[in-house]
Amino acid sequence: MRDSKTTRILFGAGSVILALALTSAIVAATGNDPFLAYKNILQGALGSPNVAGNVVVSWVPLLLATSGLLFTFTVGLWNIGIEGQITLGAIFSVWAMRGLENSAVAPGLIIAISIIAGIAGGMLWALLAGALKTFGGVNEIFGGLGLNFVATALNLWLIFGPWKRPGVASMSGTLPFDPKLWMPTLSAQSRLAPIPLILAILTIVIAFVLLKGTYFGLRLKAVGKNAKSAYLLGIPTWQHMMLSFAICGAFAGLAGAVQVTSVYHRLIPSISSGYGYTGLMVAMLVNYSPVFAAPVALFFAALNVGSIQLPIVLKLDSSLAGVIQGFLVLFVLIGNGARIKLLKKKEGRS
Amino acid sequence: MTGESLLFGLSGVLTSSAPILFGVIGETISERAGVINLSMNGTILLTAMGSFAVSIATGSLGLGFLAGAAIGAIVALVVAFASITLKQSQVAVGFVLALLCRDLAYFLGNPIMGMNGPRLNLAPIPGLANIPVLGTLFFRHDLMTYLSFLLIIFSWFYMEKTKPGIMLKGLGENPRAAYVRGANVGRLRYVYTMLGGAIAGLAGPIYSLSVKAGWKGTISGLDGIGWIVLSITIFGGWTPFRAAVGAYFFSLLQWLGLVLQPLLPNVPSQVLQVAPFPLMILTLLLVNISSAEWVERSLSRLPESVRRDVARVLMAMNATPPAALGVPFDKDA
Repeated sequence: MRDSKTTRILFGAGSVILALALTSAIVAATGNDPFLAYKNILQGALGSPNVAGNVVVSWVPLLLATSGLLFTFTVGLWNIGIEGQITLGAIFSVWAMRGLENSAVAPGLIIAISIIAGIAGGMLWALLAGALKTFGGVNEIFGGLGLNFVATALNLWLIFGPWKRPGVASMSGTLPFDPKLWMPTLSAQSRLAPIPLILAILTIVIAFVLLKGTYFGLRLKAVGKNAKSAYLLGIPTWQHMMLSFAICGAFAGLAGAVQVTSVYHRLIPSISSGYGYTGLMVAMLVNYSPVFAAPVALFFAALNVGSIQLPIVLKLDSSLAGVIQGFLVLFVLIGNGARIKLLKKKEGRS
Repeated sequence: MTGESLLFGLSGVLTSSAPILFGVIGETISERAGVINLSMNGTILLTAMGSFAVSIATGSLGLGFLAGAAIGAIVALVVAFASITLKQSQVAVGFVLALLCRDLAYFLGNPIMGMNGPRLNLAPIPGLANIPVLGTLFFRHDLMTYLSFLLIIFSWFYMEKTKPGIMLKGLGENPRAAYVRGANVGRLRYVYTMLGGAIAGLAGPIYSLSVKAGWKGTISGLDGIGWIVLSITIFGGWTPFRAAVGAYFFSLLQWLGLVLQPLLPNVPSQVLQVAPFPLMILTLLLVNISSAEWVERSLSRLPESVRRDVARVLMAMNATPPAALGVPFDKDA
């Protein structure tokens, strides 16, 4: 057995089948028909142009987060703080919107400024995690987790404090903006906005080009593989780490700004909606390759949107989507490890 | 506030610290052996739900706690297998399990949401419970809170005073030396990761069968605690006593948030509940900062007398992780 394309595909397929089999067994154990559940998810994701549009709406922030994470993963960083970076992007975006909504500035320009503010917010939060790591010696995982909590606290404080709705503040968020400040959608019924979609596709293309086709990408990779050797070879190590944090934070902030300007039109408590953590899963599943990131992110978005109606139709919890995603990533990791171990054993014998 | 309500409040802080302590000490044992179990957040949710389900089904609290420990050990086994045997990234596997176990808990726990179940009773210790002040503070708890006190002492004694405990530290500090001294590094790491997982797995049932009895799905208020546990493990510098200080400090801050609420009507309650987290980052920064290069450089520029004092303060707060934490061991390398 060689480490050929066939072996890789066989192990990959085996991992996916195992993941689906285990998920099915768990659904069956709760006394439900797994195939009925899958059929429901499929219908919920593709059953009508409307829900299919929602899948794309959910794909946009997920793809933005994943594209950003490809940079931090390449340089060897675990940017778990991405959830907070999305939240800060949303907060900054709302902040800009509130400052300009009653001014004479053209609505289109207000939306653009709001998006740029969001990018700046996400970048700022990511650089904070980077500074904690570089100058404070705080591991980016724990600094990032802490900053996620701080971002959540800041968000809640704004919703229930200074930015609360006239009257009673509530978990439903701040007062929605005037519809003229909403990002234009395909049609009046659709929630799908073309501009964010184009931006998201642009970011994954940027990630692909920079990581696969430039010396910059190669240097990031060198730092990620062996920071000490890279440093000795003259690559400024921490500067490259900070730069990847900044890029990832910018993309995450853009995701938050998109949620504000084109999906919710206000600030809500769970504005990041777990897109950052799901993005980490997507990046791991595609083994940090920008080629497969987009289709896998689309698949994950379809699972998330498709499972929304599970509680209503089948009385199943919508977290089934997360269970499928989790088992997929877990078994792919295990499959990778098993393949390498088996290959080594064979090598040892021959 | 009267003295009596203050006393009850502090006693409550000890109770609500119990699950965090089990989580932190479990994680400390695992990390001391060189394995980061990042799944903690999922482990606590899944064990909380699983043990509640088992207690409802069997009517037995004991079996519920046992189920919690078993689930915790199984999740840890997956981390150990993927990282020790298959040499995959511990962080990656742990993170996936943190999300997967959380979603499994919500999915499988859906049918038992909001059900009534058994609950651990208070067990005041006869005689001791009537001592003024100390009785209320320490001797009117349930069994698991008493065990949490013992756990701190036992884990400290095991790690510092026994031979296997010193070997445990060697696994994470210098696995090669442990191997040369005859230890089966891989197998021992399996054992301690699973032991740590089992101890941490008791955190879930302490919530669902005592501190926050029941299972309420996403509004159980348990999501996020596992991440706190991981931070406190670092704050605790991988030692039981310092970890205990971290756990009690965290619970104290949360309690203060509740107590101060009426005094600060302009601050929304949601904010006070998360107030400990920024403080957590600050402490992480203080714990780590003395190892940063620029700190050493600027220290060397200070006058001798000042430098010694500053360095002493920094060193007292400093916590160094086990040298081989997260590094796979290959005896042939």
